[in-house]
Amino acid sequence: MNRFAELLDRLVLTPSRLGKLKLLTDYFRETEDPDRGLALAAITGDLTINAVKPAMLRALMEERMDPVLFRYSHDYVGDLAEAVSLVWPAPESHLRANRTPTLSEVVESLQTASRSDGPRVLARLLDSAESASARFAIIKLVTGGLRIGVSARLAKQALADLGGVDVNEVEEVWHGLSVPYLNLFAWLEGHGEKPERKPEALFRSVMLSTPVENNDLERLEPEHYAAEWKWDGIRVQVVAENGIKRLYSRTGDDVSGAFPDLMDAVQFDAAIDGELLVHDKKGGTGTFSDLQQRLNRKTVSAKVMEDYPVFVRVYDLLQEGEEDLRPLPFEERRKRLERFISELDPFRFDLSPLVEFSDWHDVDDKRKRPPHPVIEGVMLKRWSAPYMAGRAKGPWFKWKRDPYTVDAVLMYAQRGHGKRSSFYSDYTFGVWTGPEENPELVPVGKAYFGFTDAELKQIDKYVRDHTIDRFGPVRSVRADRQSGLVLEVAFEGLARSTRHKSGIAMRFPRVSRLRWDKPPAEADRLESLESLLDR
Amino acid sequence: MRAKDLLHPRPEGLYCPPGDFFIDPVRPVDRALITHGHSDHARSGHAHVMATDQTLQIMALRYGENFAGATQVAKLGEVIEVNGVKVSFHPAGHVLGSAQILVEHKDCRIVASGDYKRRADPTCLSFTPISCDVFITEATFGLPVFRHPPDTEEVARLIKSTEQFPERAHLVGAYALGKAQRVIRLVRDAGYDRPIYIHGALAKLSRFYEEQGVALGELLPATLEKGNKGDFAGAIVVGPPSAFADRWARRFPDPVASFASGWMRIRQRAKQRGVELPLIISDHSDWDELIETIAETGASEVWVTHGREEALVRWCEINGIRAQPLHLVGYEDEGD
Repeated sequence: MNRFAELLDRLVLTPSRLGKLKLLTDYFRETEDPDRGLALAAITGDLTINAVKPAMLRALMEERMDPVLFRYSHDYVGDLAEAVSLVWPAPESHLRANRTPTLSEVVESLQTASRSDGPRVLARLLDSAESASARFAIIKLVTGGLRIGVSARLAKQALADLGGVDVNEVEEVWHGLSVPYLNLFAWLEGHGEKPERKPEALFRSVMLSTPVENNDLERLEPEHYAAEWKWDGIRVQVVAENGIKRLYSRTGDDVSGAFPDLMDAVQFDAAIDGELLVHDKKGGTGTFSDLQQRLNRKTVSAKVMEDYPVFVRVYDLLQEGEEDLRPLPFEERRKRLERFISELDPFRFDLSPLVEFSDWHDVDDKRKRPPHPVIEGVMLKRWSAPYMAGRAKGPWFKWKRDPYTVDAVLMYAQRGHGKRSSFYSDYTFGVWTGPEENPELVPVGKAYFGFTDAELKQIDKYVRDHTIDRFGPVRSVRADRQSGLVLEVAFEGLARSTRHKSGIAMRFPRVSRLRWDKPPAEADRLESLESLLDR
Repeated sequence: MRAKDLLHPRPEGLYCPPGDFFIDPVRPVDRALITHGHSDHARSGHAHVMATDQTLQIMALRYGENFAGATQVAKLGEVIEVNGVKVSFHPAGHVLGSAQILVEHKDCRIVASGDYKRRADPTCLSFTPISCDVFITEATFGLPVFRHPPDTEEVARLIKSTEQFPERAHLVGAYALGKAQRVIRLVRDAGYDRPIYIHGALAKLSRFYEEQGVALGELLPATLEKGNKGDFAGAIVVGPPSAFADRWARRFPDPVASFASGWMRIRQRAKQRGVELPLIISDHSDWDELIETIAETGASEVWVTHGREEALVRWCEINGIRAQPLHLVGYEDEGD
């Protein structure tokens, strides 16, 4: 438990991806079975433990400590789990266990406890933990959600690093595995066979595209490529085999549970690749912010399903019945797909149309002026290419429309992390709102990349020289009509938001240019962003 | 004599009317008794200063030889009369030279403990509990959430991290007087024998500690010629916390930001400061030590100052000890 606790403590404060990977691989290497597998499951969200409610934690605490002192403590720390872990009194030494239990002992006690027994078992475990870190880790396990900034994908990358294999290999075998992953670790450490994929609707690693860069297309023949619109939804894979149906995200996470409306319409034996989208009220394609109503949920209500019905715009067929189509050229797969899709419920599955074009200039024009707001560019696919996992350059290109831009004024700057901890590198920017003659700035977003290291130094100096207030790591920068730094910010789209004062939330904002030359009074107004919302 | 007639707060600091002196005044006064050398307690410009020899030397190092009109050394344990009031200095275990001050007059004994800690520190004398009627305690970490772990565990994590990330410099923020030397000494006690690099602000005080018999091993200045970033890979670099948020820190390769402080107990604190490797090492008492000390002094009344007074006052009430917050101004309750 102590090592797992230490891992959590370090991960939550380590900003860099490489640092996190190193911590994870070292942990997996140094920790024995089954503890490391349980830790992995806790991180990927695959560990099921009966949850203990916050009220129950509070009650446990008040049996042990003056409620007033606990309230002061909780108010000060903020987080309940952390406050309890810190103030939990150590039992008298003769009543104390002589060591902290292992992670597997903790998990087993918690999993075998009945609902009514839960609090007592938790209290016993907290008594036996030697450090506040260990207590914190135990409480995090029972309250659910580690919140350590590690995605399942990152954990799989760490496993791949451990075994010196490609992360796609880990993903392919992932769904045949079960906690605590003994056969996985044995394989990665070279003393076991690669785990078998069980033949039940498994995930297939997806094929990815590379962006079109300067001169990429010059050497390529337009007639060797097909073009399709690039839809702004969520990449999914629908797999059905012997009555087992699954919807996978592009990283292989099973998200079927949140989309029963779609899964009901899966009446086939096949694996298809496509974009998850939502219908708007008129039966057309809804926006990404409508789609967001359906994302990041474990379950979904009937009302939400009715208001935001999802469908898949299909662009590839990977398996049909017993036959693996992936080795076939795209041209062949496309023909099979067109035939296949004509049998499906058209409300839930439609075909991603091909885009006719004459030459690359024509494609360029089309991707710049897409005919529908939910299109974010064009995909180019080589007719002769098989379906290959990973991101090879050549078979698939994405060519996005140009981003939107807005001229905004720097309002606040926050110090960065890691390499950037001595730089003010996270910028909150705003645009003008209110009466023309007396406008004020309202924040519309935050960006922390898009500039060069040299530009970062310049902005950092600007922030330090124009600070008007400080709040912890944040500086408020002078920003009025006379003085201020204008940033040209590029972004991919806007959504309405009730959480922000401006009423809008930006997707993927980044600094595209520093407008040292532009007087802040000439930065954009909120109305110009709002007009984009209604498109 | 009533305790509050013997000592009470004034804007300049804690004042003793019969003795006509202040303890740790924050503004220049005629006569000052100083508990320890941290700058919020020890200021320059008083006419007379009484403190331990080490504290006087530290003040001279920080402010120059003319930091006071006249100085008087208080030997530990020695009773000195100031205008008929008996005062004596006793070790506080906070930093080198730190002392509690016992003020005694007409059957009333008050201990002004300044800042103190209870656990062993290889760089200064340990706190001795002094029995008294009124105990004046700090409350920097006066909340039950603050329970400092053993400092050996914290230092072990630092050293482990230098092995795990040998390509990165480990920048440890630590206050220049006391904390920095203690961290260095603890790292040495853990068997680390490579050179340790220090920020210029630490040089004078570290040399003083060595003269006083606290061996710190090989210390090198954390300065460099242009273009040799690699020299600090895997190294431990100690400097004042403010320097790490500053441009100074940019010379190090992909640094691991670390900070040695009792505040690092709280995750959000570490996060806000951008600290990647928090080290919970404090020169103040934690909650358990505060309440244990209050009980040991046998004081029937406790005055609580700089920090989170309310929780400690509450604890005293529950335990039948009279307690009140003592509102002194000018001390940094954040310093650790």
